[in-house]
Amino acid sequence: MLDSPITAAVGRRSNWVPHAVLWIGVFITAFPLYVTFVASTLTPQDIAQVPMQLFPGAHGWDNYREAWSKGSAGTYLSPPAWTLLLNSLIVALVVTFGKITVSLLSAYAVVFFKFPGRMVFFWMIFITLMLPVEVRILPTYQVVTDLKLINSYAGLTLPIIASATATLLFRQFFLTIPDELVEAAKIDGAGPLRFFKDVVIPLSRTNIAALFVILFIYGWNQYLWPLLITTSNSLDVIVVAIKKMIGTGAEPTDWHIVMSTTMLALIPPVLVIILMQKSFVKGLTDTEK
Amino acid sequence: MQRRVIFNEKLLPYLLLAPQLAVTLIFFFWPAGQAIHMSVLSQDAFGQSVTFVGLDNFKEVLGDADYVKTLWRTVLFSSAVAVTALFPALLFAVMAERVIRGATFYRTVLVLPYAIAPAVAGVLWLFMFSPSIGIVAYGLKKLGIDWNPKLDGSDAMILVIMAAAWKQISYNFLFFLAGLQSIPKALLEAASIDGASEWKKFWTITFPLLSPTTFFLLVVNIVYAFFDTFGIIDAVTNGGPAKATEVLVYKVYYDGVHSLNLGSSSAQSVILMAIVIVLTAVQFRYVERKVHY
Repeated sequence: MLDSPITAAVGRRSNWVPHAVLWIGVFITAFPLYVTFVASTLTPQDIAQVPMQLFPGAHGWDNYREAWSKGSAGTYLSPPAWTLLLNSLIVALVVTFGKITVSLLSAYAVVFFKFPGRMVFFWMIFITLMLPVEVRILPTYQVVTDLKLINSYAGLTLPIIASATATLLFRQFFLTIPDELVEAAKIDGAGPLRFFKDVVIPLSRTNIAALFVILFIYGWNQYLWPLLITTSNSLDVIVVAIKKMIGTGAEPTDWHIVMSTTMLALIPPVLVIILMQKSFVKGLTDTEK
Repeated sequence: MQRRVIFNEKLLPYLLLAPQLAVTLIFFFWPAGQAIHMSVLSQDAFGQSVTFVGLDNFKEVLGDADYVKTLWRTVLFSSAVAVTALFPALLFAVMAERVIRGATFYRTVLVLPYAIAPAVAGVLWLFMFSPSIGIVAYGLKKLGIDWNPKLDGSDAMILVIMAAAWKQISYNFLFFLAGLQSIPKALLEAASIDGASEWKKFWTITFPLLSPTTFFLLVVNIVYAFFDTFGIIDAVTNGGPAKATEVLVYKVYYDGVHSLNLGSSSAQSVILMAIVIVLTAVQFRYVERKVHY
C-alpha cells in the first residue's frame, strides 16, 4: 500500500517524527489495555495499592481460573466466565449468520426478480436504517414481552437481526453480476435457486467475509438490548456481566475478577479483527458507502 | 436499479423476502408504531386507564427544563467526542502514510479499540481514572489536579468524552488513511518540485482533498456519540453525578425503565427518531456529492 517512490523518499528523509507520533498513538491505544492486563495478574490487595504496580504479577493463573470457573461474588453473583463467553458467542454468531442469510435472500429477491410491491418492500427495508435499537428501546421491549421472548436467545438476537446495511451491500454487489451469467445459467436450465447456490453465493464470498467481521463485533459488543431483555443472570452476555460486577456503593468490587473477565471478553473480537484485518477494512469502508 | 435479465418465478421472491420482512415488521415497524401511539397517550399511575392527550407529551417533554438541558448536554458531548476523535485520527493517519517500516504494526494496534465494546471501554477508563485506585487518577493527584469524576460533573463528562473518543479514533483513522491513499501522488510530487514544504502541502493539497472524508466522518461521529455511547455512560457514570453525563439516549432509557414514565419516554423516542432521520438524510445527501469531488 505504501509503495510509491515519493512516499518512500519522504519516509527515509524525515523518519523520526512520524514514528514518534505513531508511538504516542500506540501508547494511548494500548495503555488502557495494558493496565487491564496487569491488573488481571494481581491480587486484590495489590490492585488496591496506590499506585498500582505497572508490571505483571504472579497471580494471573489463579485470577483467570477463578473467573473462568466461578465468576465474581458480591452483589451480583455472576455465572462463570465460560458461561458468559458461551452466551456472547451464541448471540454474536446467531446475529452474524442470521443477518447475512436474511440479507442475502432479500437482496437476491429484490435484484433478480420483478414482482408487484418490489419497491415498496425495498423501501420498507431501507427505512430501518434510521431506527437503531437505542431509539426504540421501550416499545421493542414491549413487543418482545408480548411475544414471550424475554429471557431467551430468540429475544436476545431476533430484534437485532434485520439489517438494512447488509441488504444494501449485497444488493449493490448483485447489481454488478453480469447479465451473461444469468443468461448462461438459464440456457443451461438452472433455476433461480440453483443459480443462487452455485453462482451468487460463491461470488459473494469476499463480501460475506467482510460483513462477518463487522457483524461479529457488532453482535459481541451488544449491551443495551441484552441488559434489558434478560433478567436471569445465567443468560447474561459477558459485556453486560462485566458492568454488573462493578459495585455501585457499599459492596467492594472484585477488580481482579473484573479485569480477568474483561481480558477474556476482549480476546474473541480482537482475534477476529487481527486475523481478518483485510476483510475488516473492506467491510468497514463498504458498509458505509 | 433493475437488471435486464431476471427470473420469472412469481411466488419465490416473496418467500425470499419473507424472513427479512417478518423481522422488520415485528421488530421495527410495530415498535416504532407503538412508540408513536404511546407518545400521544397518557396512562394513570396504576396503569388502569389510558387517555388520548394529543401532543401534550411532546409539549411536556420539550417544555421540560431538564430535557432541554439534556439536549444541550448531548450536543456538547457529541461535538466534543467528534473533535477529540477526529484530530488525533487525522494526525495518526497522516503519519502512518509516511512510514514503511512498522506500518502494519501501527495500523493493527491503532485499530484495536474498534473491537472493544463501548461498555468495556468504559470499564477500562473507569479503572484507570477511579479516584481511589486508578493509576492515572494517582498521577493527576501528584500533579496537584483535584480529580473526582464520582462527585464532580465536569470531571465525569471529561472522562466519558475521552473513553468515547478513544474507541472512535480507530474508525476515523482507517477512513482518513483510505482517504489519504486515494489522493493522487502526482499532485504532491508536483508541489514538492515547486519547493512546497510538508506543512504547506498538507494545508493546500491534502486537507482540502480530504474534506469529503472529514465531513462524512463528522456526521458518523456525531451519530456514534448520540446513540452508541450508551454502554460507556452506563458503565462509567450511570448518567451521574447529578445527571451531569445524562445524554438523550440515556434519558429515554432511564425515564422508561427506571421511572416508568411511558408517555414521556415514548415522546422522547419519537423525537430521537426524528433526529436520526435528519442525520441520515444529511449523510446521504453528502454521500451523493462525494462522488464528484
